[in-house]
Amino acid sequence: MNNTNQNNTQKSGVHPKKPWDIFADWVNGEEPEDKMEKSEQYAVPQETHELHENISAQTVLHSESEHESHEKGHFLLKEYLTKFYKMYFGLSLIVGCVVVGILIYAVCTLPGYGLAENPTNNEVAQKYLEEGLEDTGAVNSVAGMILDYRAFDTFGESTVLFVAVAAVIMLMKRSMNKKNEARERLVAHEITIDKKDPNLVLKYSAVVLVPLTILFGIYVVLNGHISPGGGFSGGAIIGAGLMLYALAFGHDKISKVIHYRSFTMITGCALLTYAGCKAYSFYTGANHIGGGIPKGVPGAILSGGFILPLNICVGIIVALTMYGFYSLFSKGDL
Amino acid sequence: MEVILSHYYDIAAVLLFGIGFFTLLLNRNLIKKIIGLNIMDTSIFLFLTSKGYIFGRVAPIVQEGITEVQAYINPVPSGLVLTGIVVSVSVSAFSLALVQRLYKKYKTIYLDEILVLAKKEEE
Amino acid sequence: MPFVYNMPFFSILICMIGGVVTPFFRNRRIVQIVNTFILVAVFTMSLVLLITLLTAGESFTYMMGHFPAPWGNELRAGPLEALLALVFSIVMFLSLVGGMRGINIDIRATRVSLYYTMMNFLLSSMLALIYTNDIFTAYVFIEINTICACAIVMAKDIGMTVVATIRYLLMSLLGSGFFLFGVSMLYAITGHLLMSNIQSAVIELIYTGQYTVPLVTSLGLMVLGLSIKSALYPFHSWLPSAHGSSTTASSAILSGLVLKGYIILLVKIFYRVFTPDILASLHVTDVIFVLGVLGMVMGSVKALKETHVKRMIAYSSVAQIGYIYMGIGLGTQVGIMAACFHILVHAFTKPMLFLAANGLIDASGHQYEMKALRGSARKDILSGIGFTVGSLSMIGIPLFAGFAPKVFLGIGSIESDFHMIVTFLALALSSLLNALYYIPAVIAFWSKPKQQALEIAVKTAKSRRSVCLLCSIGVLIISNIALGIVYSPIMQTITTGLNLLG
Repeated sequence: MNNTNQNNTQKSGVHPKKPWDIFADWVNGEEPEDKMEKSEQYAVPQETHELHENISAQTVLHSESEHESHEKGHFLLKEYLTKFYKMYFGLSLIVGCVVVGILIYAVCTLPGYGLAENPTNNEVAQKYLEEGLEDTGAVNSVAGMILDYRAFDTFGESTVLFVAVAAVIMLMKRSMNKKNEARERLVAHEITIDKKDPNLVLKYSAVVLVPLTILFGIYVVLNGHISPGGGFSGGAIIGAGLMLYALAFGHDKISKVIHYRSFTMITGCALLTYAGCKAYSFYTGANHIGGGIPKGVPGAILSGGFILPLNICVGIIVALTMYGFYSLFSKGDL
Repeated sequence: MEVILSHYYDIAAVLLFGIGFFTLLLNRNLIKKIIGLNIMDTSIFLFLTSKGYIFGRVAPIVQEGITEVQAYINPVPSGLVLTGIVVSVSVSAFSLALVQRLYKKYKTIYLDEILVLAKKEEE
Repeated sequence: MPFVYNMPFFSILICMIGGVVTPFFRNRRIVQIVNTFILVAVFTMSLVLLITLLTAGESFTYMMGHFPAPWGNELRAGPLEALLALVFSIVMFLSLVGGMRGINIDIRATRVSLYYTMMNFLLSSMLALIYTNDIFTAYVFIEINTICACAIVMAKDIGMTVVATIRYLLMSLLGSGFFLFGVSMLYAITGHLLMSNIQSAVIELIYTGQYTVPLVTSLGLMVLGLSIKSALYPFHSWLPSAHGSSTTASSAILSGLVLKGYIILLVKIFYRVFTPDILASLHVTDVIFVLGVLGMVMGSVKALKETHVKRMIAYSSVAQIGYIYMGIGLGTQVGIMAACFHILVHAFTKPMLFLAANGLIDASGHQYEMKALRGSARKDILSGIGFTVGSLSMIGIPLFAGFAPKVFLGIGSIESDFHMIVTFLALALSSLLNALYYIPAVIAFWSKPKQQALEIAVKTAKSRRSVCLLCSIGVLIISNIALGIVYSPIMQTITTGLNLLG
């Protein structure tokens, strides 16, 4: 916000250029910072007036509006949009009410809450519970279900995380957007300010909390098959620990270990390990080639076949992804 | 009345779904739209979780070697919700990243203003 | 079990692994080679699978893991699925090759490897949508598909594409939300997630008359979700900006393939979860029919008003999606066959139109408006021919690919009088409208440029014509005409596939 205000004041103070030039500059990518402030700041009244009206009409543009050419004048467009917005508002109210009404009616005819004879409690759930211990070696039936019976879903799920973090890197990583150099300097400045003025309470509590959090996360990951928890919850806890560390001690130290290269390497290798384990078990399962691996004694830490390594892989992916999101959002880099 | 009492989770889920749906449709603010989407997702998870519960039974973690189906709730919805939550988190992160990018570019998070500005830019 | 039956799983897995490995490399060439290798591998595997299944005339389910049907995940493949996987890999390869120059220009070098990552994951998710036999797996892969599709739109990082991406993403997520609600409601009344098991449960429910309201609602929610994501007419508002503003390869793949993945899933749900008889008795098909007809007409009307060439093609996609939904909505076997065939036709034609339009745009100095493109076909002749063939195919001229599905749509509608009248009227009107916006465009492209345009042309005459673009347009033209002339074996494959699907 500070950034915007500064730019605005600068703009209104010194304003030799016409809006068109600024616009052209901006199109050419020369002044990424000061292009599109709210047009009220522009000195030329005509433009301001029109755009202001447009915005104050509180219109929601929709694709229908896109045929209108700006040369025909904003007035027509504005009128059209106001009309369209009213229609859109009314229409969505009606549609929403109808959808909710139908859903409530439908939901009321569903089987009741918490009854044992509901259709969901069928042979599928029964097998998961009664034979899960034998089949998967996991005491935690949910872990057994998501990592053994329905492992393909979970593989997809880990991939979603990977894809999402790749997409966010594509959007936010600074080296991916070389244009924003001014911004880069600004962010670097902010980070140095953070360093000079450390938050003592945060720092000292982080000294205690970070190891504990990460340790607890590791515990949750490793015990995923014998107690509540697993890769996803444990990974999220570890991720929170990493975030706390980055908050208290700055990104510098952590980004020596976790940078773009190592980040993609570690998450990618974890995902590849997952894929390898599961491909083996899918392949042997589908082709009926035995391929069973020892399940161990139920309840022991080394039990449950592939579930423990898979939990660790998932834990690594989730922890790094969570930290990656935080880092990309806060400083635009890994 | 009896129907409502036996379906209160489902009805609450649908109401939440409605809230999310309206937030998504009627807000111009992109972040609020994303919050609306999250509420929608969460309501579906509530609905799905409530399908797994059975009165008087405990979480499906085998205790003391009891593997009878009568002892535990249905583990399937829990697993599905877990999957759903992770998907929802990733999608939210991606959409928030898009909003941040738009904010950096246009200095606003209102969809209508962004559309007007983007249109001006295109010409 | 024959080894060939592993092919669906291998093709999904190889795409996934390719997607994970791609960000390790920074070199553009290595990334492209990896991607090409994956596409060729998928192509080969699908071809082998298709031939095996066609000669044997059978379909199979593939157990994902050690646990059989209702407990584990499952894949399912038949001739139809194999054919689609084959077409998807070919079209994706041609689009990427043809759009390579666009990728090099539009996308920053640092982003290219992530762009190809997204492409690999996109292909894997589409293959999973085609092959899956489990409705919740379908949901997970729908989400992967959504994120990847949005990411390839925003890879070209200008303001317009980011705005288009957020609109696309919001609509898509709304669609996924509806789909997930539908799936959970279906799970609540049937207790299964595997398509075949849900089917038997649904038949029993219909027979006993229990839970009819939630059943219809869940079906409605799933159809609503998927139709939002595949841009059926009233929900199409996100499509033109997303497809019109992204880089050419993305536009081609989004229009040609991504929309089709969802439609295939819908067809699978119709056939494998709710049988066609149940659908007809619930009147779901009628709703889809009406929306499809509306889409056919309204999409063309919108395209008629459009002057931006890529957006015009994008609106034409809305109309073509309308054709496909109309075929599904007819509720007859021939109707769905026509819809499937039109999926293939559109998958081959729309990328060609986008690539050719891109060639023409380049030839006339990066102008997108129709007026500015006047005479551009004379400078880039193959692109001009590509655009012409695509246009004629979309209008439905005999000997081009677009003709056969229209005939079959007509044949499919004969069973009921109402359907027949509406279908014939809609086909006639829609073909006329298609002709109204494609023919003038083609004529303008081939006519002599005006003086002003000539000047621009002189400036940009030196713009290199890329060999890749020429090759891929050439292949697409040939395959388009081939589809138009030799359609009967493909129709037979689709018929066998659909019979096995039921």
